[in-house]
Amino acid sequence: MEILEILFTASFWAAAIRIATPLILGTLGELICERAGVLNLGIEGIMVAGAFAGWMAVYSGTGLWMGVAVAMGVGMLFGLLHSILTVPFGLSQHVVGLGVTLLATSSTYYAYRLALPEVTSPPKITAFQPYEIPVLSDLPLVGPALFSQTPFTYLAFVLVLAVSLILFRTPLGLAVRAAGENPAAVAAQGLSVTAIRMGAVIVGSGFMAMGGAFLTMSAFDSFFFEMVNGRGWICIALVVFGSWMPGKALLGAVLFAAFDALQIRVQQTEFGADIPYQIFLMMPYILSILALILMSRRAQVPAALMVPFNKGER
Amino acid sequence: MGAGTDVVLRLDAITKRFGGLVANDAISLSLRKGEVIALLGENGAGKTTLMNILFGQYTADSGSVAVMGQTLPPGNSRAALEAGVGMVHQHFTLADNMSVQENITLGVDPLLAPGLNRAAARKRILDLAERFHLAVHPDARVGSLSVGERQRVEILKALYRDMKVLILDEPTAVLTPQETDDLFATLRQAVASGLSIIFISHKLHEVMAIAHRVVVLRHGRLVGEVATEDTDKSALSAMMMGGAEARAPEVSRTEPGRALMELRGVSTPNIGNAPGLKDVTLSLRAGQILGLAGVSGNGQAALAEVVGGQRKPGSGTLVLNDAPPTAWTPRDAVRRGIARIPEDRHKTGTISDFDLTENAILERYKGTPFSSHGWLNWRAARRFADEIIQKYDVRCPGADTRIRLLSGGNMQKLILGRVLEAAPQIILANQPVRGLDIGAVNYVHSQLLAARDRGAAVLLISEDLDEITRLSDVIHVISEGRLSPGFARGQKSPAELGIWMAGQGFADAS
Repeated sequence: MEILEILFTASFWAAAIRIATPLILGTLGELICERAGVLNLGIEGIMVAGAFAGWMAVYSGTGLWMGVAVAMGVGMLFGLLHSILTVPFGLSQHVVGLGVTLLATSSTYYAYRLALPEVTSPPKITAFQPYEIPVLSDLPLVGPALFSQTPFTYLAFVLVLAVSLILFRTPLGLAVRAAGENPAAVAAQGLSVTAIRMGAVIVGSGFMAMGGAFLTMSAFDSFFFEMVNGRGWICIALVVFGSWMPGKALLGAVLFAAFDALQIRVQQTEFGADIPYQIFLMMPYILSILALILMSRRAQVPAALMVPFNKGER
Repeated sequence: MGAGTDVVLRLDAITKRFGGLVANDAISLSLRKGEVIALLGENGAGKTTLMNILFGQYTADSGSVAVMGQTLPPGNSRAALEAGVGMVHQHFTLADNMSVQENITLGVDPLLAPGLNRAAARKRILDLAERFHLAVHPDARVGSLSVGERQRVEILKALYRDMKVLILDEPTAVLTPQETDDLFATLRQAVASGLSIIFISHKLHEVMAIAHRVVVLRHGRLVGEVATEDTDKSALSAMMMGGAEARAPEVSRTEPGRALMELRGVSTPNIGNAPGLKDVTLSLRAGQILGLAGVSGNGQAALAEVVGGQRKPGSGTLVLNDAPPTAWTPRDAVRRGIARIPEDRHKTGTISDFDLTENAILERYKGTPFSSHGWLNWRAARRFADEIIQKYDVRCPGADTRIRLLSGGNMQKLILGRVLEAAPQIILANQPVRGLDIGAVNYVHSQLLAARDRGAAVLLISEDLDEITRLSDVIHVISEGRLSPGFARGQKSPAELGIWMAGQGFADAS
C-alpha cells in the first residue's frame, strides 16, 4: 500500500523526470544514429566526456548554456571520429563504438587530472536551478512533477519534439531514415549516404554528450568518476524499447527512471527494510529487461542498421 | 549521325577499363526523344558498366555523356538525375519499411527544405498512377507489395521526377506474362508522351516487341545497331553470340518412372509475408522434370524447404521411396539422395570466403571419402574439386581460389558439379540459371536433362516461364501456397499458365 501512496506523490514523479532527463537525451542521440543505420556504442564514453566538458567549462567561468554548448561540441568531435571510422571506412561498428567509449572515458579522466592535479574532492559549480513555469506549475500533481524542473530538462523535451518533427516531416528526416533502411535507395536518388550518416552520428553524439552534461550541471553540481554508471548502455536498450520512435523512447526513459525512483523510496519503507538493498537496485534493470522483451518483439529495426554502404558495390 | 534537336542523350566514345579488362571500348550511342532502344548482350558484355557510367556511378576513362546537348560532369549521379536520367535497377532500390509515397519523394526536395508537402505529393502520385495505369497506393508499405507492384513504384519514382530518359535493367525478369504486357502498355504510353527508354534485356521476343532500335554489345564493344523492323530474333542472337548461334539443348520425351518422392496434402505455416504451402500434393517421378511456375514469393521457398529437409510438413505427409522418412533434416535429405541447387548461390549455395575445395564438399564433408574418424581428408577433397573444375569447365585460377572471385556462371557450375557428382535421385533446382548468360544457361539445362535421362527426378523452380515450358515434362503453377493440377508438356499456353500464376483457376479462387 505504501508503494501506491508513493506513486501518487508529486515529488516521486519530479524525481522520475529528473532521473529520466539524461536518458532521454542519450536515447535521442542514439536513436538519430541508428535511424541513419549506425550503431553508436561510443555513447557511454561520450556521456562521460560531455559530463566533464560541460562542468569544466562552467567551472572555468563560462555561463551555463555555454557549458552545454561546449559539452555538445566535445560530443560531436567524438561523433566525428566514430563516423569517419564507421561510415567512409566501413569498419566494424561494434569495435569502433567500444573503442570510442574507452578513448572518451580515459581521455576524460586524464583531462580531469591535468586540469585539477591537486584536488581531492571535485569542486562544485552553480548548477541549473528549477524554473517554475507560470500557470502550468500550479496544476495539481503534474505541476510540481513536470513543470518545476530545470530548463535543461525542458530543453530535452523540446528536442524530442523537434527530432520527431524533423525525422517524420522533413525531406532531411526522410533521407536519414532511408539511409538506415536502404542506403542504395538514397544513393540512387543522387544523395550522399556518407554525408547523411556522418551528419546523423555527429549530431546524435552531441545529444549524448548533453545527456552526460545534465548529470554535472543539473542533477548534481560536480563531476565524479563513474557518475555515468552505465546510463549509455541503458539508452541503447531504450532505443529498442521505443521502437526507434522518439516519443516512445521518451516514455521508456521515464518508465525506467520511475522504477529507479521507486526502488529508492521502497527501500525506506518498513516492507523494504527486511530485503537486501541490492534487490531494489536490481529492480529497474529486471523490469526493463521484461518490458524490452515484450515491446521489442514488434519493433521495426532499421533494415540497414550496422550495414556499411560502399558506393558501386551490389 | 546528325546533331538533330530531338537527340536527348548522346554517349560519345565511352571507354572504361578495369585493370587489364576493357569493359567498354569506345562506345557511342544516341537516343532520340520518344524512342525505345534495347541494349542487348550477354553477361559481361559491358551493359551494366555502360549504364553505370551514364548514371554517374562510375567515371569513364575517356568519352563523354551529354543530355539535351549538355555534357554531364563525370561520376556524378546527382547531375545525371537532375538532367533527367532515371534508372530502374534490376535489384530495386526501395526501402521496405517505408511507404510508397516516402520512397517516391525521397530526395526530391532539397534536404534542408522546411517540410514535406505531403498532400501535394500524394495528389501528384495518384494522378500519375491513374494516367499510366500503375495501380499502387501511396500509403502502402513497400515491404508488403508484390514484386510487380514494387516495379510500378520504381517507375513512378522516375515519372514523378519528370525524367526524360529512363533506363530499365531487365525489368521483366520477375513479372508474369500479363504483368509484362501491362508494363509494356505503360511504357508505350510514357514513350508517346515524350519519354525515351533504354531497355536492357536478354529476352529477344520482348526486345522485338518493345524496342524501336536494338544495340548489341559483345566483349565491351558495340557490335551491331539495327532498327527492330529490319531484323529478327535469330539475327540478333547471332550478333550477341558472335556468329556462333546459341543452341538450346534438345529435349526428348521420356517415360516417367515410379514416384521417388510424394507430398500428400502438405501444409506449412506462413512465415511473415511468405505464404506457407496449402494442401499441396505432388509427386516427383524418376526420369521426369517437374516444373514449378509462379511469381516469386508464392510458396516456392516453403516447398523447396520441405523437399530439401529444412522444414517439416506442418500437416500432411512426405513420402520418400514409398515410406515417410523417420527424421527430416537437410543432412537426412542429402543422405537420402536429394541434391539441391539453392535459389541464392551467394547466400545459401556457397560460403563466399571459402575456396572452391571447401565449397565443393560443403554438403558431404562428414562422410567418406572426405573425412574419416573425424579428420578431413583434404587430398580427396582437392581431387574432387579438381574433378568438378575440369568436368564442368569451371573457369578459375585453381581450386584454392576463394569462390567470391568467380563469376555467377562459374559459381553455378561448381554447385552443379557438386550436385550431380553425388549421383542424386532427386534434384531440387531452384532458379538454376538466374543471372547466367546464354551459354551457361544452355549448359545447366543440358546437364539437368542428362540427369533426368539417367533416371533422376528433377524439381525445377523458376520464375522464367520460357524455361519452365521448355524443360518440364509436367508443370504445376504455385500461387499463394496453392498448387495447380499438373499440366502435361504443351497442354497449356504461357498465357493460360499466366492466368494460374495470377491466382485464378484455383478451386477456392473468388
